[in-house]
Amino acid sequence: MKVALFATCLVDTMVPQVARATATLLERLGHEVVVPAGQSCCGQMHVNTGYRHEAVPIVANHVRAFAGAEAIVAPSGSCVASIHHQQAAVARRAGEHALADEAELLAGRTYELSQFLVDVLGVTDVGAFYPHRVTYHPTCHSLRLLRVGDRPLQLLRAVRGLDLVELPGADQCCGFGGTFAVKNADISTAMLTDKMANVLSTHAEVCTAGDASCLMHIGGGLSRLRAGTRTVHLAEILASTEEAVNPQQSTKPSVPA
Amino acid sequence: MPAFGTGSGAVALRFRYRKRESAMTAVFLGIPTAPRDVGHLRGDQSFPDAARGALRDGQLRANLGHATSTIRAKRARVVGEVPDWAELREAGRAIKAATMARLDEHLIALEEQVTARGGTVHWARDANEANAIVTRLVQATGADEVVKVKSMATQEIGLNEALEAAGITALETDLAELIVQLGDDKPSHILVPAIHKNRSEIREIFARTIPGVDPELTDEPRKLAMAARTHLRERFLRARVAVSGANFAIAETGTLTVVESEGNGRMCLTLPETLITVMGIEKVVPTWRDLEVFLQLLPRSSTGERMNPYTSLWAGVTPGDGPQDFHLVLLDNGRTAVLADEVGREALHCIRCSACLNVCPVYERAGGHAYGSVYPGPIGAVLSPQLTGVEDNASLPYASSLCGACYDVCPVAIDIPSILVHLRAEHVEAQTRTTPEAAAFRALSKVMSSPRLWHLAQRAAGLGRFLARGKPTLPAALPPPASKWTRTRDLPTPPRETFTQAWAREHGR
Ligand code: SF4
Repeated sequence: MKVALFATCLVDTMVPQVARATATLLERLGHEVVVPAGQSCCGQMHVNTGYRHEAVPIVANHVRAFAGAEAIVAPSGSCVASIHHQQAAVARRAGEHALADEAELLAGRTYELSQFLVDVLGVTDVGAFYPHRVTYHPTCHSLRLLRVGDRPLQLLRAVRGLDLVELPGADQCCGFGGTFAVKNADISTAMLTDKMANVLSTHAEVCTAGDASCLMHIGGGLSRLRAGTRTVHLAEILASTEEAVNPQQSTKPSVPA
Repeated sequence: MPAFGTGSGAVALRFRYRKRESAMTAVFLGIPTAPRDVGHLRGDQSFPDAARGALRDGQLRANLGHATSTIRAKRARVVGEVPDWAELREAGRAIKAATMARLDEHLIALEEQVTARGGTVHWARDANEANAIVTRLVQATGADEVVKVKSMATQEIGLNEALEAAGITALETDLAELIVQLGDDKPSHILVPAIHKNRSEIREIFARTIPGVDPELTDEPRKLAMAARTHLRERFLRARVAVSGANFAIAETGTLTVVESEGNGRMCLTLPETLITVMGIEKVVPTWRDLEVFLQLLPRSSTGERMNPYTSLWAGVTPGDGPQDFHLVLLDNGRTAVLADEVGREALHCIRCSACLNVCPVYERAGGHAYGSVYPGPIGAVLSPQLTGVEDNASLPYASSLCGACYDVCPVAIDIPSILVHLRAEHVEAQTRTTPEAAAFRALSKVMSSPRLWHLAQRAAGLGRFLARGKPTLPAALPPPASKWTRTRDLPTPPRETFTQAWAREHGR
């Protein structure tokens, strides 16, 4: 299958290794990966901060960039959720009905990584090897908007060498929430503290998730505390193999950027 | 221009029609919101400021954390055992939506039925009108004391203060509401107003404020309840006037409903001679069959019980049985304005179960007082700004990480996150001057909608790595607004090259 990769603005700019891992994984599974050069952002941050008018041109750019793609995959639950639940709505509200229709059609072919692997490709064992103790945080939009359910856990359970530990209070928000983390920095930090306490209680080496943004939040907190636990995106774990992981490398992202 | 719903304009007109004297002179300036000078819908601090203080109160955090996690687990258990919960929830949503679409007709039907059964219906456009009506009604009885059934509507309009100003004492009889009143405190939860207090704090309040209380009073729940019972019993017996709210009003028979746990409400609803019920106009349901749905949804969602202990239903007056004088005050106070908003009107479907508060990670940490309104938590964050006009509660729509836990538990499926996002936009669009934030978001919109500008901007972001001087994270002391992040969280150093650039290079473009 020819898969168009939507890196998302945050991953592309800040943590490119996550997009790289997604591409590596999909190619290893025998699919052709294309990365449309015109892509930027899904518009979520604008919509969620109250700039729904300003989001419309961003949506238009996204629809232009991915026009004609057979399947679109993004390593981010919340961006995919925005594509599914917000893009057409903001376009329609602005009276851009043709754009809204196109956005709707495109949304129907857009998948979050774990949903794409399990539902579309029908694989749970992607042939990965990752010899580390890992805990999984089911990010809110993957959990409640996309209903990814236990798909990421199915994928993680099939990874060789991986010791999966349950995260207490897993369904609790980490406190990121986009601009919420800045506008309500104190509450956000209080939520983060409790999330980190749960993550640390598992004694996992790695906390993983399907959203790079939430991981940047949790990872930013853990790093500030000089905690030993690292955040690694699900795609990076699934992309790791015996050949790509150097045991000395510990929990560093397996695929260099 | 707000899109008028089917029923909203009609309801607004009905209120104008009822108030003939002012309708003569009124100039229509849009649908009025709740007035500023009265009631408890506005705080004096923004949410982030109020929350910052609350977060430092360790006792509050412990009390709230304990209470919300307990009730959350109870709710999950009893909701989980209902096989058709999803269908019930959808029925609740559909009934509310259909009722709101013809709200004016249902209210008229309710008025007719209540009147036919010997009650009197009053239409109050706002808090001031409602307070004046109730005060006048109490004064007409000659009483200087009323007993109160727990009610959010009367808290919203500040009825106790209005009565007090007229020399009338209002006694709260709900246990938690009594604790708040005796402690000279404010409610912090819509169902458990004293949720921010623990047993030993309650013991202290009782010992200090209840005259003649047992000096040996301990913080054992039974002992505390007995102390409140003794204190209240005497007041129930001497009360001549009671004031209540209503959970539901059934239009087809004019029947009012109060759902409660303690039985104190029933004492108020049956013993006094005069009963005055203040009810938000959105509480009407068309038929008894609708009530069947809500009486299943409400107790499981609110207290985590299969059935609440007391459900009181009454219609008008019955000679020789219960209050002989019954008044129903229908309160608008901004509700018609909410109804006029296509997206926001769903907030009127709320049955005040409080499930959304109990699961909210923001509420759990900040507590109810930080919201500044009697309606805290997720529902408060969408209801208060709409009742007052969003500019009067502009920080509330942002008091959420949009995690969606509220939507999941709401028994009438109110999509609170979508309303929050909608109200944020309403706030942004209400600004007449360009804020720095708006300027930034507009510029970013231009950049993100042009691949060429976007690639330039990404390169510029990559220059951030010079700030890091080779370290894996950026310095913690960045200028605002980045400092709001970096004060407590590291930011990774941006890479030299973005993924899309690297990919294009490798794939020869
Ligand atoms: S919004 Fe829904 S969950 Fe929240 S109090 Fe109202 S009915 Fe209950």
